[in-house]
Amino acid sequence: MSFGIPFAPEQASSLAPGVDHLFYALLAFTFALGIFLSALVIGYSVKYRAGSPADRSGERSRSAPLEIAWTTATLVVAFAIFAWGAVLFMGREHPPADAIEIAGLGKQWMWQFRHPGGQREIDELHVPVGRAVVVSLASQDVIHSFFVPAFRVKQDAVPGRTTHVWFTATEPGRFHLFCAEYCGTEHSGMVGWVVAMQPEDYAAWLERQGSGDTLAQQGEKLFRALGCSGCHENSTAVRAPDLHGVYGRPVALANSQTVMADERYLRDSILQPAREVAAGYEPVMPSFDGLVDEGELQMLLSYLKSLSPKEASP
Amino acid sequence: MSGAVESEAFRDAERERQADAFGMWIFIGSEAMLFGAVMLVYLTARMAHPEGFGEASSRLSLLLGTVNTAVLITSSLAMALADLLVKLGRRRAAAWALAATALLGLAFLAVKGVEYADEVREGLAPVLGLPFAFEGADPRGAQLFFELYFASTGLHAAHLIGGLAAIATVLATWRRSTDAACLRRTRAVGLYWHFVDIVWVFLFPLLYLVHR
Amino acid sequence: MSERIGAVPATYMGEGSGPRAWLLTTDHKRVAWLYLVALTVFFFLGGAMAVLIRVELATPAGDLVSDDAYDRLFSIHGIIMVWFFLVPSIPATLGNFLLPLMIGARDLAFPRLNLASWYVFIFGSGFTLYSVIAGGVDTGWTFYTPFSTMFSNSYVSAAAFGVFIVGFSTIMTGINFIVTVHKLRAPGLTWFRLPIFVWTMYATALVMVLATPVLAASLILIVLERVFGIGVFDPGLGGDPLLFQHLFWFYSHPAVYIMILPGMGVVSEILPCFSRRPLFGYTAVALSSMAIAIFGFLVWGHHMFVSGQSAYAGLVFSFLSYCVAIPSAIKVFNWSLTLRKGEIAFETSMLYALGFLGLFTFGGLAGLFLAALAVDVHVHDTYFVVAHFHYIMVGGMVTAFMAGIHFWWPKITGRMYSETWGRIAAIVTFLGFNLTFFPQYVLGFLGMPRRYHAYPPEFAFWHILSSAGAVVLALGYLMPLFSLGWSLFRGPRAPDNPWRATGLEWKTTSPPPPHNFDETPVVDGPPYRYPLAEDGA
Repeated sequence: MSFGIPFAPEQASSLAPGVDHLFYALLAFTFALGIFLSALVIGYSVKYRAGSPADRSGERSRSAPLEIAWTTATLVVAFAIFAWGAVLFMGREHPPADAIEIAGLGKQWMWQFRHPGGQREIDELHVPVGRAVVVSLASQDVIHSFFVPAFRVKQDAVPGRTTHVWFTATEPGRFHLFCAEYCGTEHSGMVGWVVAMQPEDYAAWLERQGSGDTLAQQGEKLFRALGCSGCHENSTAVRAPDLHGVYGRPVALANSQTVMADERYLRDSILQPAREVAAGYEPVMPSFDGLVDEGELQMLLSYLKSLSPKEASP
Repeated sequence: MSGAVESEAFRDAERERQADAFGMWIFIGSEAMLFGAVMLVYLTARMAHPEGFGEASSRLSLLLGTVNTAVLITSSLAMALADLLVKLGRRRAAAWALAATALLGLAFLAVKGVEYADEVREGLAPVLGLPFAFEGADPRGAQLFFELYFASTGLHAAHLIGGLAAIATVLATWRRSTDAACLRRTRAVGLYWHFVDIVWVFLFPLLYLVHR
Repeated sequence: MSERIGAVPATYMGEGSGPRAWLLTTDHKRVAWLYLVALTVFFFLGGAMAVLIRVELATPAGDLVSDDAYDRLFSIHGIIMVWFFLVPSIPATLGNFLLPLMIGARDLAFPRLNLASWYVFIFGSGFTLYSVIAGGVDTGWTFYTPFSTMFSNSYVSAAAFGVFIVGFSTIMTGINFIVTVHKLRAPGLTWFRLPIFVWTMYATALVMVLATPVLAASLILIVLERVFGIGVFDPGLGGDPLLFQHLFWFYSHPAVYIMILPGMGVVSEILPCFSRRPLFGYTAVALSSMAIAIFGFLVWGHHMFVSGQSAYAGLVFSFLSYCVAIPSAIKVFNWSLTLRKGEIAFETSMLYALGFLGLFTFGGLAGLFLAALAVDVHVHDTYFVVAHFHYIMVGGMVTAFMAGIHFWWPKITGRMYSETWGRIAAIVTFLGFNLTFFPQYVLGFLGMPRRYHAYPPEFAFWHILSSAGAVVLALGYLMPLFSLGWSLFRGPRAPDNPWRATGLEWKTTSPPPPHNFDETPVVDGPPYRYPLAEDGA
């Protein structure tokens, strides 16, 4: 901020400085090229204005070497920028293994977050400084987008699938959270705060929230209430796969294919069980489509993931 | 006899005929993009629901679908005949060939109507809020299949009706048109008709022959 | 006989009068006027909505209009400006008027198809306008699912259907242009002797014909889902909302090239004329136009980097997006060098053309930011994107449209306008434009999201600047309406070639006779043979 006028957002995450370096490099290049071209055009306009005494002999209207030169230069610059942006981007794909997992749910027109210990927040997300956080995003209705300018992160929450965004806060403070995908009447109102706290403060805050059931515990309760345990836990009447250790490992399907049991597979198995039947089992599982909402799905997924050892991430 | 141009822009009839045909080819190119997009949507949905699509497809009437394919290909034959006859200067015969094309097109629509009626009766038409009932491993996939079936065959039928309207217009003005105009119009309508036929030749296996 | 507007006996304007002669015309020059009138109405309608939007955004609170009304305002602003103004703008007005003239033909290949395309345009746009009057549509011009198919209770189907109909108009124009360029060139006019304006009309027409049908498919599927219950994009039915985005952007990205290539063509005619020099690098500029058209089909996924599409798809689309930037850069360099060693005059159309050069370049450079994956994650769906496309569409295309209208006005109407007022308008527009849209780059970087009508107070400073600029910009656009309109009645008569330009259109009268040329011209050399003998060395 200069003279009270904001020019740039705060840098509050581990990713932010890298993105800003690229941004400012692009800015410098833009201004350099812009000034050069402006000077060229203005210079020519003045020097060669009609009636001026400038020397106009020897003019050409084509030059293959020049075309090749500036095409090549543009190519080189373009691909350099591409590579730089791509490398930074791919870092976004791989959250650190010890990240805290938050379940984020977007619905018209609010954000709901659940911490692993079961704490719930509406339109606010408390996170510790210095520790990676992965938010798995789901949407109850239309496409929303989780956007925290200070962290330089953004990810759409799409109904029918789970997406992920991760960040590590580096500064304590309150940072704007915006929905960045138009979602209807109160799109401008679907805003909140990400509150980064020092680790001790964060721990204290978690305590104060009380820990009800963790997300996984809530999922386990739901697992029993919906009757899943009736088949999936030592049933004599129906043969159903044991779900311990399923998440994160390959599953052989009845149609001879093999799929990785990731979040998508677990989700689809609950909502459309007949699509990917495990080998050696009958397709008798009923569908829970319409019987569980996105929030409950997140609980169930959290429980199922807790049944696998921590290293088994697909 | 055949030297008159219709459009202000052209000086000779041959050039005008080439331009008409070229214009029709470009239009066909744009239609190919339309049907290509729809078929791409279908293929994406099919890859996501192979079981459901297979089961649903087997509920379509292979007999009626095959009959319709034969009807449409024959109509294209009639159209090609019309084109040949006009080139040979036999305008009356050509007009009859065009009429035969249109009749076969109508027959196609009639058979399609019978199929649609059957599907509605069996509760396989998830359109306009009609009840959809499907027992199988993947009812969602089956529903998606039928939705895309009605969407794509509906779009095709709409194009067919457009073709019929074009043939009707050409026939209505047949008597008082010059030879050059008749030749040009038959050529243009013929290209369009063959294209509509080819779209069906793609739709038929995509829709009716899943897992058969 | 009484003097008619701009009419001289035996010109296209004088021959046949009254509504029937204009509304049933097949003369490409009159069809161009039909389009010009309709497009002017739409431009100011869409512009009025923009002014309302900027007035609302001048304060952080959403206090001028309700949430719902604001959502309808920006949606209709986008729909009108994209489909009912920008896509037809230069092609349907200047293209229709000039294409046959520039190639020495008497009309387009299919004159009745041309008239039909105008009626289709009026019908389709009228249909969408009905939906606006009935209550509006609130999905944004992008109609994203599942909001548009399952959640919006505005007039989505009517609006989408109207746009779908207008798409046919675009395809008809495209077919007409392609066949015309192939089949109606004058003797001696080989491809590489064509003016760049013709090249860009041709490239635009190719994209029109190949991309618009995919929009038709997307819109049909939305209407089918809303009206007939066919749920292809419904995740609850096993469908995929992202499928819509792929289909939509597969059209909409090439569409932005439909919206800029004609402007590039106009500027390529004006710069050589007022520099009295041939266009630098003619072949490179011609081939770049085709390259832009082709590459434009390969980059649609750069609108979807954070949508949930795979990261690897993101890499591919980012790479290809940089590829498509290169032909545009080549053109900018060639245009700049055209000025070198020239005799530069600063008539109104030249000022607009130079403005284009600056604003298009600046907007294009912002594209480098957006194509960079990591940066796009931050600025996607913020005002940075809004600034980028307004720099190119308004700073680029609308400026080029103004440039072209002013350059060819004497030819089209047979009248000259006031150079003084024209130059003032050009400068006011340039300044107002920058004041309106430069702050939006900063807003985007700060994190101001799109489509918000209320925002945190720290963004207020830049919004106030932007809204102030909008007032100046509106003034800049109103001025030509008056000065050109005035010239129709009181402007001095124009000579055949007031700018001493090359090009076949200048070799006939101003305005041209109905059949364009008394004798078919013969072409024996390249275009832009500046300086002319009468310039004096």
